[in-house]
Amino acid sequence: QTVTVTVLDHLERLALVDFRDAEGVERLQKAIQFADQLHEVNTDGVEPMDSVLEDRCLYLREDDVTEGNCMNELLKNAKEKVEEYFVAPPGNIPLPKLEERDTFLQ
Amino acid sequence: AAKGCGGVWRRAWRRGAGGPSPALCGQRAVACNAGGGAVPAGKSGLAPWVPVVGLEIHAQISSNTKLFSGSQVKFAAPPNSLVSFFDASLPGTLPVLNRRCVEAAVMTGLALNCSINKKSLFDRKHYFYADLPAGYQITQQRVPIAVNGSLSYSFCIDNKMSQIVTKTVRIKQIQLEQDSGKSLHDDTRSQTLVDLNRAGVGLMEVVMEPDMCCGEEAAAAVRELQLILQTLGSSQAVMAEGQLRVDANVSVHHPGEPYGVRTEVKNINSIRFLAKAVDYEVQRQIEELESGGTVLNETRAFDSKLGCTVPMRDKEGKQDYRFMPEPNLPPLILYDAKSLPANMNHQQVVNIDWIHERLPDLPSVKRAKLVEWYGILPEHSFTLLNEDGLAEFFENVVKQTQMKPKKVIGWILNDLLSYLKQHSLTVKESPISSFLLADFLNLLEKKEISSTAAKQVLAELWKGGGKTPLEIVKEKKLELIQDQKELEQICQTVIDGHKSE
Repeated sequence: QTVTVTVLDHLERLALVDFRDAEGVERLQKAIQFADQLHEVNTDGVEPMDSVLEDRCLYLREDDVTEGNCMNELLKNAKEKVEEYFVAPPGNIPLPKLEERDTFLQ
Repeated sequence: AAKGCGGVWRRAWRRGAGGPSPALCGQRAVACNAGGGAVPAGKSGLAPWVPVVGLEIHAQISSNTKLFSGSQVKFAAPPNSLVSFFDASLPGTLPVLNRRCVEAAVMTGLALNCSINKKSLFDRKHYFYADLPAGYQITQQRVPIAVNGSLSYSFCIDNKMSQIVTKTVRIKQIQLEQDSGKSLHDDTRSQTLVDLNRAGVGLMEVVMEPDMCCGEEAAAAVRELQLILQTLGSSQAVMAEGQLRVDANVSVHHPGEPYGVRTEVKNINSIRFLAKAVDYEVQRQIEELESGGTVLNETRAFDSKLGCTVPMRDKEGKQDYRFMPEPNLPPLILYDAKSLPANMNHQQVVNIDWIHERLPDLPSVKRAKLVEWYGILPEHSFTLLNEDGLAEFFENVVKQTQMKPKKVIGWILNDLLSYLKQHSLTVKESPISSFLLADFLNLLEKKEISSTAAKQVLAELWKGGGKTPLEIVKEKKLELIQDQKELEQICQTVIDGHKSE
């Protein structure tokens, strides 16, 4: 069972990853196969584990101000800024459609 | 004026070519049946429609710091000054849960009759937007902190305040989640300016089942939720400051048929606009379907100036959020009196029962008490609680006057409230204090002034200036004469003056 081009395109659009070439797709393929081994285990009546931290205590913090006030440091990371604001494009720039992209997936 | 809604709409008899007629924008032109339940196709010959309205409400938690970081929560601060490294999603930072936010969510869940999940989980919801630096929002999609509650709300039929209808909407769940930053769109320079002060602030998302059928019901439900949140203190719920945000999910269908396609309506900035937006969207969908069109499963924005909903940009197509468990947070465990562990640090324990015992009187309880203690009408109790500080003012006046509460309420609702409304004043800003009003009412009660004179005194009191009612009465010589002989003399003078007639 291979991953279809539709799924790959969908993933590239959602996650902005670039599978780049046959090797990249093959790696994804192998990762899925590896994870599929989980299906070989009988999990009837077993509660799913959603985190390796499930037996840990979730630490609760007191509601005191301890951070913030570091605008200058944060803005050093900004490619572009206007006064104290980060600058971003007017809206999301969607990935061009598959036919219009220069991609291996074509 | 809005009318009570029975759940079924008839097609408005005003037709407009292509889309709802302008007259419908901002105004409900369809009369509702107040009986509830489907109405058989009658005079118009058209099949009736059943509108279905569900709400997703985001309430900003009233806390000093954010949900997962120690940066301050404050409205209107210099841009990006209340942002920690975690809020900016710098690598190497981790979320640390704020205990106060958990307590706020538990309080709210209990107040809304929910089951509190003793174990709840955090998830990541992925999407790209400039004001979401991490590229995902930490939320509770699989197992939220509270589920299966209910909210009772009331509103008046016929706007006469004489017939109150009480309905209930089911609460599907309440979840804790992060707020995003703010985007300011600069269309002239084709760019967006991002302020992350709000990024990471704690939110309670309250999901209401689609049990409502019109704008009036939605508005009444949100108003009651707002009052509850403010009473609990878990959120200040001021819509104008973005502390309470409401999205409406609207669809229509014929009775007996499956639910129709729903649209999501966003950008609703006040409770009044909520009612308008919902009613407009219902009407728009009915007209669309009746003229042979279809309703798209889309997100629309409410334009308050035009009173219409319009398709929203950047929201085309269905989103795939790729939910996954938040790997950096263990499950959130809450305790009650029974399950309380013996040796645990107090600070690390949130005890549901402890919180339950300390819940303040909810609005519905306060109203019932006002009616019981003072003998006022139920609709009066609604008005008292609807205005910030008014119930307290009323009770203070009652304490300081001999006039019966049933009479006092008239002065509070008719004279005081209408004056404040006319001059856009809050109860706190009232030129007449509860002490002065009580004083004034005492003069009336003791029959020291007539009702006509009372109006003059009141007018004088409104001007402020600190004069007591008694001082005004003496100044203007408005005292009622009680002395029998003096009255006889005056009458005699009048009769003498008209002897000739």
